[in-house]
Amino acid sequence: MTVKKLGLRQRYEHMTRGLDWETTYQKMDDVFPYDSFEGIKIKDWSAWEDPFRLTMDTYWKFQAEKERKLYAVLDAFAQNNGQTNLSDGRYVNVVKLFLTGISPEEYQAHRGFAFTGRHLRGAGARVAAQMQSLDELRHLQTQVHTISHYNKFFDGISEFPHMHDRVWYLSVPKSFFDDARSAGPFEFMIAIGFAFEYLLTNLLFVPFMSGAAYNGDMSTVTFGFSAQSDESRHMTLGIEVIKFLLEQHPDNLPIVQKWVDKWFWRGHRLLGLVAMMMDYMLPKKVMSWKEAWDIYFVEAGGSLFQDLERYGLKMPKYADIATEEAEHISHQNWAVFYQYTHAAAFHTWMPDKEHLDWLSAKYPNTFDKYYRPRWELWAEMEKEGKRFYNMALPQLCQTCQIPMAYTEPGNPAAICFRATQFQGETYHFCSDGCKDIFDGEPEKYVQAWMPVQQIFQGNCGGATVPDVLAWYNMNAGADNMDYTGSPDEKIWKEWHPDADVARKAV
Amino acid sequence: MTVTAITPDYVKHIEIRDIQQNFHGNILVYVHWEEHLSFCAALAFPLPPAMPFGALVSDVIAPHYAAHPDAAKVDWAVVNWMIDGKMAAPDFGKSLAENGMHHKSLVRFWTPGLTGRAAS
Repeated sequence: MTVKKLGLRQRYEHMTRGLDWETTYQKMDDVFPYDSFEGIKIKDWSAWEDPFRLTMDTYWKFQAEKERKLYAVLDAFAQNNGQTNLSDGRYVNVVKLFLTGISPEEYQAHRGFAFTGRHLRGAGARVAAQMQSLDELRHLQTQVHTISHYNKFFDGISEFPHMHDRVWYLSVPKSFFDDARSAGPFEFMIAIGFAFEYLLTNLLFVPFMSGAAYNGDMSTVTFGFSAQSDESRHMTLGIEVIKFLLEQHPDNLPIVQKWVDKWFWRGHRLLGLVAMMMDYMLPKKVMSWKEAWDIYFVEAGGSLFQDLERYGLKMPKYADIATEEAEHISHQNWAVFYQYTHAAAFHTWMPDKEHLDWLSAKYPNTFDKYYRPRWELWAEMEKEGKRFYNMALPQLCQTCQIPMAYTEPGNPAAICFRATQFQGETYHFCSDGCKDIFDGEPEKYVQAWMPVQQIFQGNCGGATVPDVLAWYNMNAGADNMDYTGSPDEKIWKEWHPDADVARKAV
Repeated sequence: MTVTAITPDYVKHIEIRDIQQNFHGNILVYVHWEEHLSFCAALAFPLPPAMPFGALVSDVIAPHYAAHPDAAKVDWAVVNWMIDGKMAAPDFGKSLAENGMHHKSLVRFWTPGLTGRAAS
């Protein structure tokens, strides 16, 4: 007698959907209370396509294999003192930005997908969300392990979970994920699954991973490879979600369009940190933010939305404004951190002449006209011993929580101010995109924990800068301020005593 | 209610975090020096509404913008003011409140002849 083996597809059906059932002791609506209040209509959950057809046992096997390879490379990197082979000591600040600004959001994504993996009624979608939840948790863990090696030598790394909940600029990624996680499961899937993990993911991971490769950070590159197969699974889930929702019922279209508009804009604002990293923080540059935006959003995103047009879905609102801003945001963001370097948990520096020339070449329409004069003015002030610091706290946008440093569309010489009234209170915004999001759900955003307002209300350790930095667990004098003169620079120079560390005068 | 929420009484559970009462008698005031983008954004200050507008200028605005090379050349008598989106001629002897300012007011000002270096 021959034992029949199940085919891959049958096996998957048995191991996932075969484990699902229609409840009878309790009403299905009571078991899945979260999947109807958002107004999304699903006629047939079985129409959900499972492109990967991965079962749990195979998942563990794959991930364990990748884990073994990753940790072997991490061990080798540590034993060979890989940190001394970076392009420059400044590079480590990219790693700090990643660990403080991105890794905690992997954890938030883990929590969010665990929630959707519990609350979506369809078994196929539930299984996919559960696996992504585990992926995200694993990404946090492997990132922490990868970066922990740098923590032995460099500042600004050890307090990342504490800082995530408190530091002013980390409220930007935190509030982004808080917003997604406090929405319903379908909005979360569009926010994180589609907008973040599909539409914008290449603008996050490609810059960090190629930046690592160009700058000798082989440990982060290896992490990137280890996460890559997960990311392609996440992308497939993201695109499946949006197609599934749009195919299920025509009433879903306006709801999905509103979420796509919102999460595109929120994602664009968040990615401004990556823009600044690419244009200012990588000692060896990969490409400019503008080039990355053109390839990954204008071209790739453009053809994606052409493909989605048959469902009636349009390009996200303000996509044209975001593309115009790709000329500006990296410069504007680095200027924010340059002048608030005393309150940042990574180091800043004045771009040298070679760097300014690179920016002039990459941004021929805008850099010489608006930004080069700013850096040159500040360089002159540095030379005179009057390094420029902003000694007041900035106005923040009520939606994205970023200092309101962005300029008026069509006029890069003037700040873009938008405001709205709600129940007698005034709220300020950096853009029409952020204002629209607030106006769509004002009761949600009036609750925002705004770092500047919280300091003034006396909730952040005290009234002075040292009080607040202590409350952030920031080691003042080591974690913050310019790279030049930092303990990071000192240790780098000890490893490279003969390196030409004299920076070219501007 | 516009929030899409599972709880029908969502608004009963929310906490508006930045109401004036939370600022210990102060109002939040935003100030921005136009055409001087060295200062990356408007600056935020918690101030007593009874503070004279003149004191806002001399004790708050002037010292916080002093680092800019143009700062020493500002003639406050010829500055153009905009308060909450409207051009204004604030009375320096009167209070912020008497000049129509409230919690989270935005004061923008232009300094004729001084436009920074390429608006920086």
